[in-house]
Amino acid sequence: MAEISQGGGGKKDAKVRSKKTSTKIDMTPMVDLAFLLLTFFVMTTTLNKPQTMEINMPEDVKEGDIPPPVNEKKVLTIVLGDDDKVYWYIGMTDPAVEVTNFSPDGIRKILLRENAKIDKMVVLIKALDESRYKNVVDILDEMNITNMQRFVMVDITPVDKELIKESNL
Amino acid sequence: MGKVKVHRASTSIDMTPMVDLAFLLVTFFMLTATATPDEPVTVDMPTSVSEIPIPDINIMTISISKEGKVYFNMDGKYHRERLLATIGERYNIQFTEEESKVFSVLSSTGMPIGNLKQFLSMDREARGEIKQPGIPVDSTNNELKDWIVFSRMSNPKLRIAIKGDSEANFPVVNKVIKTLIDNKVNRFNLITNMEKGI
Repeated sequence: MAEISQGGGGKKDAKVRSKKTSTKIDMTPMVDLAFLLLTFFVMTTTLNKPQTMEINMPEDVKEGDIPPPVNEKKVLTIVLGDDDKVYWYIGMTDPAVEVTNFSPDGIRKILLRENAKIDKMVVLIKALDESRYKNVVDILDEMNITNMQRFVMVDITPVDKELIKESNL
Repeated sequence: MGKVKVHRASTSIDMTPMVDLAFLLVTFFMLTATATPDEPVTVDMPTSVSEIPIPDINIMTISISKEGKVYFNMDGKYHRERLLATIGERYNIQFTEEESKVFSVLSSTGMPIGNLKQFLSMDREARGEIKQPGIPVDSTNNELKDWIVFSRMSNPKLRIAIKGDSEANFPVVNKVIKTLIDNKVNRFNLITNMEKGI
């Protein structure tokens, strides 16, 4: 460590050598402490800050508002269920409900496939009471990944609940 | 014949640069480290691929715990003091200067407003031990609405973020979102963690 060379003591004054205290100090404890602190701070700091996802919700429907008409064949409804299940169907009248999951081969594939088939597809996201917050974030994330332009989160209707129940999936 | 001097390399190495670097790193980590305030509840956030970092200032966080309790947090000491004053006016509770000061540095709170005064007058340890019941969000007794309205009044630049636990049930989250929409907050943030292993 930092060493200071002391000028070579001449041989002349060898007789009257006054005892000199060394100018070197033992820096080992200090360095030990420094490394201890370093280790502590390295281990406790979390560098990845939490991320956020921005979401826009539609305004509440006021009385007298007429919702814009949409061709039912262009509507893909996603219903989030319990156990990370995802139900989906197209259209409104007598739709065929299918079930899938959040794996890359699951809802993501379906979204991409249907989006290629249907021009200007609208995705409705509905969540059953049994679903968890994670599912909601996951599905919004999928919307982000598959780059869906038109999607909206809406309340679940009794009709949807009935459909899911009947499908027995 | 003179003795042949063998040149011996010194066994001690100069450690000055290493120690310099160590101290530099210590300084860096010390300065960048931020003390995390003790939250009343740990929230395990879901992951997403979103890469928008959360803003540091002008942010209001609504935490939803696993059990479905709702907690409120807002940054800014000055804004918090003002918020408490307006909340007190609305609910006819007179907060002392001491209590206001305590509230201004507090982290998330999940106390119903009726119990807030008592909660703030406790000492630090007692406050940490108490089980906070969460802010009521029922349609009959929605105090979260007042927190949202008054905090936006005290800080108009406020952005609203929801920090939900991944296991939180959807109905609670829905209630919070509905409360936000009812108060004309149609754009908000969901706080998530970075997706791992992609």
